[in-house]
Amino acid sequence: MILNPAKRELLAAELLEAEGLSPEGRSLTKDAMRRLCRNKAAVVSIVVLALLILAAFIGPYLIPHNYEDPDWAAFRAPPSWEDGHYFGTDPNGRDLLARVLYGTRVSLAVAFVATLVSVVIGVLYGAISGYFGGRLDSIMMRFVDIMYALPYILFVILLMVIFGRNVYLLFAAIGALEWLTMARIVRGQTLSLKNREFIEAARASGQKPLKIITKHIIPNLVGPVVIFAALTVPEIIATESFLSYLGFGVQEPLTSLGTLIAEGTDAMESMPWLLVFPAIFLVSLLLSLLFIGDGLRDAFDPKDR
Amino acid sequence: MLDQTSSAPTLLKVENLTTQFEIEAKSFFKKPSVLTAVNDVSFELKEGRTLGIVGESGCGKSTLGRSILQLIRAQKGRVVWQGKNLLDLSEEQIRMARRDMQIIFQDPIASLDPRMTVGDIIAEPLTVFEPKLSRSERLQRVQDIMAAVGLVPEMINRYPHEFSGGQAQRIGIARAVITRPKLIVCDEPVSALDVSIQGQVITLLRKLRKEFGLTLIFISHDLSVVRLISDDVLVLYLGRIVEAGDCATVFSAPAHPYTQALFSAAPIPDPKLARQRSRIRLQGDPPSPMNPPPGCPFQPRCWKATDICRTKMPPTELVRAGQSAACYHMDLPAEA
Repeated sequence: MILNPAKRELLAAELLEAEGLSPEGRSLTKDAMRRLCRNKAAVVSIVVLALLILAAFIGPYLIPHNYEDPDWAAFRAPPSWEDGHYFGTDPNGRDLLARVLYGTRVSLAVAFVATLVSVVIGVLYGAISGYFGGRLDSIMMRFVDIMYALPYILFVILLMVIFGRNVYLLFAAIGALEWLTMARIVRGQTLSLKNREFIEAARASGQKPLKIITKHIIPNLVGPVVIFAALTVPEIIATESFLSYLGFGVQEPLTSLGTLIAEGTDAMESMPWLLVFPAIFLVSLLLSLLFIGDGLRDAFDPKDR
Repeated sequence: MLDQTSSAPTLLKVENLTTQFEIEAKSFFKKPSVLTAVNDVSFELKEGRTLGIVGESGCGKSTLGRSILQLIRAQKGRVVWQGKNLLDLSEEQIRMARRDMQIIFQDPIASLDPRMTVGDIIAEPLTVFEPKLSRSERLQRVQDIMAAVGLVPEMINRYPHEFSGGQAQRIGIARAVITRPKLIVCDEPVSALDVSIQGQVITLLRKLRKEFGLTLIFISHDLSVVRLISDDVLVLYLGRIVEAGDCATVFSAPAHPYTQALFSAAPIPDPKLARQRSRIRLQGDPPSPMNPPPGCPFQPRCWKATDICRTKMPPTELVRAGQSAACYHMDLPAEA
C-alpha cells in the first residue's frame, strides 16, 4: 500500500473525483444540518421563527405607533385598516401590534438569555461530574437532587426581590435554576462517552483531563445539548408567560407575550382581539421552536428514527 | 527471563504486576468482590524486540497491556520504565511519560473521535508534547507520518466515519507513532479487520518497527498473527503467565498443557495437515477470575492434573534456554 509519490498523487486525484467530493470532509454536524433541511416541518418552522424574530426586532421601527404612548383618538379600538391600528388598541389606547411585537422581542430575549445560562452551567457541571466520577460525582449530583427538591416558585419569588428591576437579570437567574435537567442529561451522556475507546486514546496521548472534557466530551455532546436547548427555549417562554400572568414577570409599560395574554383574558368578552393576537404569536413561536427541536433530534440521531 | 541471548538493553521490566477490580456487591450486606484480572505477572522486554501476548478471551491480555501503560492503575508489583516504577508516579508524571509509550486499539473506528478531522486526531499527541511547534511544522509532521503509514495526505480534512477499518487503523497507528515513542502496546490491532487488510497492517507495523526502532507489545488471540510478528511470546491464562519464551521455541515445542491445547485449536490453512494432527479438546470454560480454583488455575480443565496441582500453584521453571513454564507435569525436552 505504500505507493510512490507520483502514483499516489494520481490515485488521490482519481479518488476525489470518483466520489465527487472536495478534499474537505463531511463532518457529522454538516450531515445533521443536511438531514434537518430535508425535514419539511423543521424548515417551515425555521422560516416562521426567522420571520417572528425579524418582526420582533425590526417591526417596531416600521409601524407608526409606539408601544407605550396612548393614541388619544382610539381607546379600545377594534382592529381596523383605516386608522393604522391593525391589531386594535388596548383600554389605554396603546397600539396592540406594537405591543405584541415588543412583547415577542422581550419573550424571545428572555428565553435565549435563560437558555444560554442553563446550557453553559449544565454542560460544564454535568461533564465534570460525569467524567471525574466517584465521590465528586456523588456530591455534585446530590446537590442537584437537593436543588430539584426545593420549590421552584419560591426561588423565583426570592430572585424577584433581588432582581425585580431588571427582567434580563431575572431570567439569567432563572436560567441558573433551569440547568438541573441539562446537567443530568449531560452527565448521563458523559458516562457513556468516557468509556469509549477514543477517550482512552486521548488519555493515552497524554491529554489533560480538562482538555479531554473540552476537546472530546463536549463536542460529542452537541446532539443532545442542541436538542435539549431547543426544547428549553419554549419552556422558558411558557414559564415567563406564567410568571407574567401571575404578575411576577415584566413590569409596565414594558410587556411580554405572557403579560399581554393575561390582560387579554380579562377583557376576553368585550375586546377579544387583545387575547387573540398575542395568543397567535405565542402559539406559533412555541410550535415552531418545538418542531425545530424535534427536527434537530431526528437530524442528530438518525438511528433513532 | 525471556531471552538471555539478546544483548540489547532492557526497555521495560514488569515485576509481579497484579491488577484487580472491585465488583460492587449485589446486596447491600455483602462485601464487594474482587476480580483479579492480572495476577503476579513478571517479564522483561529488551529494546527493539516484539513481545506477543496470547490467550483466550477474558484471560487479561488487554488489562495487562493497559496496566503496563497505567491506563488502568495496577494494585501491586512494579513496572520499571526508564528507571522509574510507573506505579509510584503521579497522574501528571505518567501523563508526561506517555510521550514514549503509546497504544493502538482493537476497534479502529471507535478509537477515533468522530467529531475531529483526521489531521487533528493524528496531531493530538503533538499538541500535548510539542506545543511549541508552529502550525505549518505540525502540518508537515502530520503529512509525513500519514505518508509513512500509507494514507493519502489529501484526506487530512476528512472525518473518521468516511474511512474503512483498515484506513482507520492506519490513522490510529499514525497517531501512536507521531511522537516517536519507544514502546507501543498493540491491543489486538488487527482482529477487527478482514484477513487481507490484517496482512497489510502487520506489514506496516513491521516496517515502522524497523524504521522507528520500536519495541512492540502485541496482544492477540490469533496465534498465526503473533507468530508472524513476535520475537518473544507470553501465554496468559486467567491473568497468570503459564508459559513464556522466544517465539520459535514456544511454537515448535510448547511445554505447558494449556499452551499445547491452545496451539492445537489454532486453524491450519492446509486441510490435509489439519486432518492429520491430533486436536486436544478441553472440557468446560475457563473458571471465573472472581473465584479462581485452588492451586494451578488450569487444573480443573487439565488432563494431566494430579493432587499437587489442586493444592499448590506450580512455580515457573526453565524448560530449556529461552523457554519457561509453570506446570508440574510439563513436557521436558528428551535430553533433560
